[in-house]
Amino acid sequence: MRFDTIIIGGGLSGLMAGINLMQRGQRCLIISSGQSALHFFSGSMELYGVEGCPMEAIARLPESHPYSKIGVDNIQAIIDTVKPFFQEIGFIFNGDSNVNHYRITPMGTLKPVWLTMEEYAHVTDRNNFPWHQAALINIEGFLDFHASFLAAGLGKLGVESRIANVTLPQLEHIRKNPTEMRSTNIAKVLTGDVIQRLAAEVNLATNDAEVVIMPAVVGLYGKEEVNSLKDKVYKPLRFIPTMPPSVPGIRMQIALRHFFQKIGGVYLLGDSVESGIIRKNSLLGISTTNHGEMRFEADNYIMATGSFFSHGLRASADAIYEPVLDLDTVFGGARSKWYNEKLFAEQPYMKFGIATDNEFHALKEGTALQNVYVVGAGLSGFDAIKEGCGAGVSITTAIHVANTIINKSSNGTEQK
Amino acid sequence: MEQNRNDNNFEQCIKCTVCTVYCPLAAVNPNFAGPKQAGPDGERYRLKNPLYYDESLDYCLNCKRCEVACPSNVKIGDIIQRARMKYSKKRPSLRDWMLANTDIMGRLNTTFAPLVNRILKLQATKGVMEALLAIDHRRSFPAYSNHKFTTWFKMRTWQRSYKHYVTYFHGCYVNYNYPQLGKDLVRVLNAIGYGVHLLEDEECCGVALIANGLTRQARKQGMVNLLSIRKVVAKGEQVVTTSSTCTFTMRDEYPSVLGLDNADVRDSIVMATKFIYELMDSDQVRIAFREDFHKRVAYHTPCHMEKLGWAVYSTSLLRMIPGLELLMLESQCCGIAGTYGFKKENYVYSQKIGEDLFKQIKSMPVEVVATDCETCKWQIEMNSGIPVVNPISILAEAIDFEKTKKLNKVK
Repeated sequence: MRFDTIIIGGGLSGLMAGINLMQRGQRCLIISSGQSALHFFSGSMELYGVEGCPMEAIARLPESHPYSKIGVDNIQAIIDTVKPFFQEIGFIFNGDSNVNHYRITPMGTLKPVWLTMEEYAHVTDRNNFPWHQAALINIEGFLDFHASFLAAGLGKLGVESRIANVTLPQLEHIRKNPTEMRSTNIAKVLTGDVIQRLAAEVNLATNDAEVVIMPAVVGLYGKEEVNSLKDKVYKPLRFIPTMPPSVPGIRMQIALRHFFQKIGGVYLLGDSVESGIIRKNSLLGISTTNHGEMRFEADNYIMATGSFFSHGLRASADAIYEPVLDLDTVFGGARSKWYNEKLFAEQPYMKFGIATDNEFHALKEGTALQNVYVVGAGLSGFDAIKEGCGAGVSITTAIHVANTIINKSSNGTEQK
Repeated sequence: MEQNRNDNNFEQCIKCTVCTVYCPLAAVNPNFAGPKQAGPDGERYRLKNPLYYDESLDYCLNCKRCEVACPSNVKIGDIIQRARMKYSKKRPSLRDWMLANTDIMGRLNTTFAPLVNRILKLQATKGVMEALLAIDHRRSFPAYSNHKFTTWFKMRTWQRSYKHYVTYFHGCYVNYNYPQLGKDLVRVLNAIGYGVHLLEDEECCGVALIANGLTRQARKQGMVNLLSIRKVVAKGEQVVTTSSTCTFTMRDEYPSVLGLDNADVRDSIVMATKFIYELMDSDQVRIAFREDFHKRVAYHTPCHMEKLGWAVYSTSLLRMIPGLELLMLESQCCGIAGTYGFKKENYVYSQKIGEDLFKQIKSMPVEVVATDCETCKWQIEMNSGIPVVNPISILAEAIDFEKTKKLNKVK
């Protein structure tokens, strides 16, 4: 089967690259081995997690950082397209790249971020909250939201909150299986008429609160439930991310995949690339577990394989390796130097990843593969958590590489 | 990619609960522990003490959507199926035996098809079946054919010889319920220059036996099939099928659940749509389509087709038909899961699982739904009222046979 570009990995980065290329006339295939890290999405995206202007911080990064390889001007041009794109597929984000705002974490702390979904709790000024009295809605039996932590954290920020436990017969029904009382199973129940009943319970619990804060357990397959609940709750309603699985993240994964498929992309889920044929520094074709001898071929290939969680990177006793094509990786020293024993300190392994040249060509045995690019979490040279740049790197590298591929092929046509 | 292909890789589970999100059953039946708990989590306990086995594992549909979703390659569905086989104290009832033995029931019912079909439609029959056998009275039964596919196949008087041959595993459904699908496939394959053989001995693939706890019988039938398949593969022929579930069972459940080694023939067992697509993709055959064919079709991805990852072949073939407009239905379980939805204790869940799919189909302006699974067909037809056909039958309807034969130099 032949395509213009084959993308290995179907998470945020792979889908952004695929959609961008499809929109510019390419035919793309995405192969995804299981679901992606978007299932851990917080509702916010980080460009660079500093107080103030993320672009200023980005300009000062070392050369090895993916952002430095893209360049500040290119990054600015790419991120200007992000909000409008997500709006097109049904996600409205607040925030801009000139100055970070703060999302409220499930611990009741503040984190500087670039974009936050409009219905998620966030503030622009950490010293000046828009509300001081909050009603925290706690769903009885829900395992992945800890209202008292949140209340304590908010208290330190000057927001007094009252926890209200809420339940419904429909929720009690699924609570029969307590271990599966998870965000998505709750969201599957909270649809249709049940939203009305939930709103009634929430309204009873709000009293004199200025804002209603509840875990993100509404709107798994679409935004209608969110809108409907917002309409029916008297006070302003804000969501706080839960422990995984993430309801908004899954909605985003589905929306991105739908969009990619709608414009003609082919998405293969639950399949793994087993091998690739490399000749003269180019990848000629790949084979997968499900398709046996059928070879998938393309002019260009993008590795959007993710980090350790997605098995885009793996660790053996003495090395970090890339398991699909055995590409070169960047990691440092003996295993004992890979991590810091203090869990919350900076962890060296977070910066490990696939080695690339400045155009994001993957390196194999020191030589750049001319038609293989690396994007997203599998790249080396950045720490998504400590720096606060996971989504930013995923999106900007994906679109930057898509631009490179389009420019390359249009130059090629001119030469012909 | 380096994969974990251990028999029991529950330790790969990192507890991310992504499987739960995509389990069609966990969302509607709180009595089921959910894939993570029933699979890798429960396995930890069961290895310590078999008393931890929970009979609610019987609710699992074996749809494998958990495995497709798992980011860590844990064989969640296999772990659950093997636990059922190893620890379940339940013995299959007469009802389970009847539902599982699709070929024996088929042979009996084909003989008396007109009578059987009429009786099965009677409300009284349905009441009796529910009372005696716990087969839900709201379920409609697939009609039986009054002649078998194999009888038709052997009775064809004149057969030209072909340069290439392929062997068709027709399965119970084509043989006893709907021989036309088999006839369609033979016609299409012949037109592109492929003669068709049948296996020397074909038994039911055994999927329903596995689901109903009749493991020994399933293994025996699997061995018969593998023996016959080996013979044709040795001659250089591939084995094609028109049912995603039979294909999945013979390729994947034989080794992982029944412990039958099929490594030497696994790659030779393929869906007919994949077989034909690959011939076209490599320019070995060509197909000409009728100019007067027009149809709006929605494709439904059966669970086992999703697991095989092969829906792309069926939909790519359909997209080649100029007069066909294809709409994709969101890949989700229809709820029937073979014999599962026929059982009284499962009927409500079965219907609830499919609810969203039926709604989606009804909202689409399509004439037919295409799918590669016969039990999905029954479920969708019963609940949406829209006819459901196999992609091969659509292909047979859209092909210009005379032109196609000429293109492939078939006389």
